Amino acid sequence: MSHAATIERGEGILDRISDLFLRRPKLLTLVLLLPPLLWIGVVYVGSLFALLLQSFYKLDDFSGLVVHQFTLLTYAQLLEEANIQIIIRTVAMAALVTLACSVIAFPIAYYAARYAKGWTKALFYLAVMMPLWSSYLVKIYAWKLILAKEGILTWIAQGLHLNWVLNGLLSAPVIGGPSLSFSYIGTFLVFVYIWIPYMILPIQAALERVPKNYIEAAADLGADSRQTFWTVIFPLALPGIVAGSIFTFSLTLGDYIVPTIVGNSRLMIGQAVYTLQGTAGNVPLAAAFTVVPMAIMGVYLWVAKRMGAFDVL
Amino acid sequence: MAQPMSPAVRLVHVSRHFGSVRAVDNVTLDIAEGEFFAMLGPSGSGKTTCLRLIAGFEQPDEGHIEIFGETAEGVPPYKRNVNTVFQDYALFPHMSVGENVAYGLMIKGMPREEREKKAKAALAMVKLAGYEERRPVQLSGGQRQRVALARALVNSPKVLLLDEPLGALDLKLREQMQEELKALQEELDITFILVTHDQGEALSMADRVAIFNDGKVIQVGSPIDVYERPRSRFVADFVGSSNVLPPAFAARLGGTAKWTSLRPEKIGVVPAGTSVPAAHTHLDGEAKTISYQGSVTRLGVDTGDMMLTAEVPADGTSFEQGNSVRLIWPISAMVTMEDDA
Repeated sequence: MSHAATIERGEGILDRISDLFLRRPKLLTLVLLLPPLLWIGVVYVGSLFALLLQSFYKLDDFSGLVVHQFTLLTYAQLLEEANIQIIIRTVAMAALVTLACSVIAFPIAYYAARYAKGWTKALFYLAVMMPLWSSYLVKIYAWKLILAKEGILTWIAQGLHLNWVLNGLLSAPVIGGPSLSFSYIGTFLVFVYIWIPYMILPIQAALERVPKNYIEAAADLGADSRQTFWTVIFPLALPGIVAGSIFTFSLTLGDYIVPTIVGNSRLMIGQAVYTLQGTAGNVPLAAAFTVVPMAIMGVYLWVAKRMGAFDVL
Repeated sequence: MAQPMSPAVRLVHVSRHFGSVRAVDNVTLDIAEGEFFAMLGPSGSGKTTCLRLIAGFEQPDEGHIEIFGETAEGVPPYKRNVNTVFQDYALFPHMSVGENVAYGLMIKGMPREEREKKAKAALAMVKLAGYEERRPVQLSGGQRQRVALARALVNSPKVLLLDEPLGALDLKLREQMQEELKALQEELDITFILVTHDQGEALSMADRVAIFNDGKVIQVGSPIDVYERPRSRFVADFVGSSNVLPPAFAARLGGTAKWTSLRPEKIGVVPAGTSVPAAHTHLDGEAKTISYQGSVTRLGVDTGDMMLTAEVPADGTSFEQGNSVRLIWPISAMVTMEDDA
């Protein structure tokens, strides 16, 4: 056998490139990473930076034009009473929606991760995902009908002679209103409904990663079910809960369609941004408003990290 | 203790089924207090399920389990005074090593200072003093093994269950841990129940060994007992290796007309034509396979009727493939077995 047969050196251009990459693996990594890095760097972070920049300009009240000069006046405007009200309202709503989502999602995710097998698991995924496949607007309008004064909820309450509960809720200060579809309760219910899959799935994924023998080890060391839950299962599921809450919290902070269709006429951050950059043409203030959710999420993640929510990752 | 004479663990006609599989099939065992007891068997033989029945992770479908004279069936694991060292350690990843070890004490409500002191002492006992602040992921397999051991022992269990504890360690470390475990058991004087598929591990550490197969206990005895006097073909073959001689063949060679076990190391290999001493028997054959294993050499010898395996010490005498050899062994080395299972 000749030596030429054992080491074959290709002569084509593709062979040369492949040889080059073999000799310099870092070059290959760079070539493969370049497109996503460009996408993230230019399209993603770049546009975000442009947005941030906008918030440091201001709108000239007289001419209605944006003055391209560094100023903090727009942020001063953001801190005016009416705008602070919008921020507080939105953050409170996002926090409550997140809390409700996590409380409702946890048992569902726990069931799916620990007990569902075979077709029940398939059914679980279908049930959680299916609402995500239908149009967001259709779902919200459907909810508007459910929550309307002549809607199905009122009808059920009447049938059960529970009208007084509904009326009691609606006459409550702040959260009440003329009907569920014109109240914070309605907005809250719809938010919880549309964001809950984003909470269930990360919690379920986190719980799936808790091996059964951790639970057995806890029991072996004397922990009853409640103690096992709080000392082992919950801490290990916490990254999932935090991940889910990032979704529900930030999605609620930025949404403008749900509160426009279901809710009273008081603005949320998303609606404020929509009106400011549209009819008012005040892009700087709109940009400043969008900085708020980013700042809140930053603080939230920092606190979560300090509390050890990511220790297991 | 409820009854001073009761064994540490008693299984009476215990069965556990999974669907149609009888994972544990009518097992009766007494494990004495302070004993190092090994459950040895191939995978799927029911030994681990047996351990899980004692720990309380499984409940028997039939039969009765007693731990220190108290009925155990229906009692959840967290109410049993036994602790387990898990096969893959099951250390909690969100806790430090110290917190892992102190976990059982924390659950019992022991004040922080006291349990930290105890955890420290337990870690020192397994030679991991000063590792309290580390995370389990920062430890090697052998170190995790020790933490798991400390986490179980800190609760002063009356029975310690070890589920293939050394399975994931490399050979040298495994041998070292075998010695340490044995020493620890003697020092603490508590009952150890070890599940393993490694016969070397069972033989070197245990006071008594139970051999499992197909959910049943095939034989129980001291390591010498099960090795020297296997009662069935399965035990002869699984514990060490053995030449299993059919009844007629054994009878022809001066043994009893029953299934007979003949250990390879009892067979001497000499050149063809060598004289046979009294009370010995012999067979002539041709060396077919020769496998050098360091301290011993294994020969597969074709004797015409069957292949016999002989193991000879590496003392310089060498054989070559195709050599005519004579196999010689004392008649007493042939162990008659009770059943042919």
